[in-house]
Amino acid sequence: MANQTALHGKHLEAGAKMVDFFGWDMPINYGSQIEEHHAVRRDAGMFDVSHMTIVDLQGSRTREFLRFLLANDVAKLTAPGKALYSGMLNEAGGVIDDLIVYFLQEDFFRLVVNSATREKDLAHINAQAKAFDVTVTERPEFAMIAVQGPNAKAKVATLLSAEQQAAVAGMKPFFGTQAGDLFIATTGYTGEDGYEIALPNEQAADFWQKLLDAGVAPCGLGARDTLRLEAGMNLYGQDMDETVSPLAANMGWTIAWAPEDRNFIGRKALEQHKAEGTFKLVGLVMEQKGVLRHGQRVVVDGGEGEITSGTFSPTLGFSIAMARVPGSVGDTAEVDIRGKMVPVKVVKPAFVRMGKKVI
Amino acid sequence: MSSIPKGLKYASSHEWARDEGNGVYTVGITEHAQGLLGDMVFVELPEVGDSVTQGDDCAVAESVKAASDIYAPLSGEIVEINEALVDAPELVNNSPYEDGWMFKIKIADEAELSALLDAEGYKNSIDE
Repeated sequence: MANQTALHGKHLEAGAKMVDFFGWDMPINYGSQIEEHHAVRRDAGMFDVSHMTIVDLQGSRTREFLRFLLANDVAKLTAPGKALYSGMLNEAGGVIDDLIVYFLQEDFFRLVVNSATREKDLAHINAQAKAFDVTVTERPEFAMIAVQGPNAKAKVATLLSAEQQAAVAGMKPFFGTQAGDLFIATTGYTGEDGYEIALPNEQAADFWQKLLDAGVAPCGLGARDTLRLEAGMNLYGQDMDETVSPLAANMGWTIAWAPEDRNFIGRKALEQHKAEGTFKLVGLVMEQKGVLRHGQRVVVDGGEGEITSGTFSPTLGFSIAMARVPGSVGDTAEVDIRGKMVPVKVVKPAFVRMGKKVI
Repeated sequence: MSSIPKGLKYASSHEWARDEGNGVYTVGITEHAQGLLGDMVFVELPEVGDSVTQGDDCAVAESVKAASDIYAPLSGEIVEINEALVDAPELVNNSPYEDGWMFKIKIADEAELSALLDAEGYKNSIDE
């Protein structure tokens, strides 16, 4: 029997098409995936992301622990509530998972990790936490709703109390705060403004209904994938995994090399990857008809690579992709689409942000 | 449960064919098929004048999810294509049996019709 989120009943009620997503019965769409995509770019849409795993870390040495566990450096988190995106690496420098860490108090940090990697993440975190006397607590009692789009914050505000509105007023990107029963964060996976809100399971269906009544469109995993790909955000398991260096996954910016004396898991391997050079993750754009797909072969200057994620971009009206290719790649490439070599442009892997084309 | 109009002929590969008289058959994909494929983003059609053979791929329906070949349910000559699909591929999703038709074939051999399913047979084939 597949896992169900606290919002499962709301999805069925709305006639969602449900699919198995790594053991969770989740909505892929509620009718048209493309219309859901546009709702997020133009107005406001919401996603049930309750399948994601919230892990709380507590103890006086939590910061020290995270500086060892993660490739990015939580020393950057000085203001309470501030969040950071990071890879969690193995000794070989491969990506065990990508995650967001929130600094709540000096002895209390919160991680949000992927659901598909939940078991191995928890095993790894627990094993590493022992030496630092850090308590690791999963929080399955929370549901999570991502509300995204140019009008998302205004629509959420209509549901908040005066105290909650004050708590989130002027909150900068990548912050989270506990406001009454809601943990409200200015994070997301769409390239739009908005919130990710964690709340007790028993309140989730009611909150979802109020968002529906406020004019927020329910959106499924299909739109979530096209939105994140337009925004140039990686999908774990597809764009990177344990066999891939973050340097070959457009995650170089998440590695905090300085200070040089900070030891973190995977550092030694990464230094070697850097010295030897790696493949790199680039963006591809194909303005002619057709759709770039995961797994297609890409021929570039000096070698061959592969598309890791590809889709039709509803915002741009043509196909885009991320591909891992040799570092010698130039401005153009050719993709093998069902036996036909099709020319494409090579760009930085970010295509749409805040509703606007960025290529 | 998706709609499967009576009076049409069906291929187990999810195309339908409608008798327009004078040996001309209009072809599209079923509501069940469009549901499996999801939102259509491109439809690549054959050209008027092409000759097609029953069971051969002659068009491609590319959706957000995958590219799928469309097979000619009958042999013959393509006499018309649905140009509206170039700018509005979503017609295949919204109106699979009417506005979302794909092409018309002037068929060569009526005997081939016996290889196609009726509504009941197609319904059984997709097990709905």
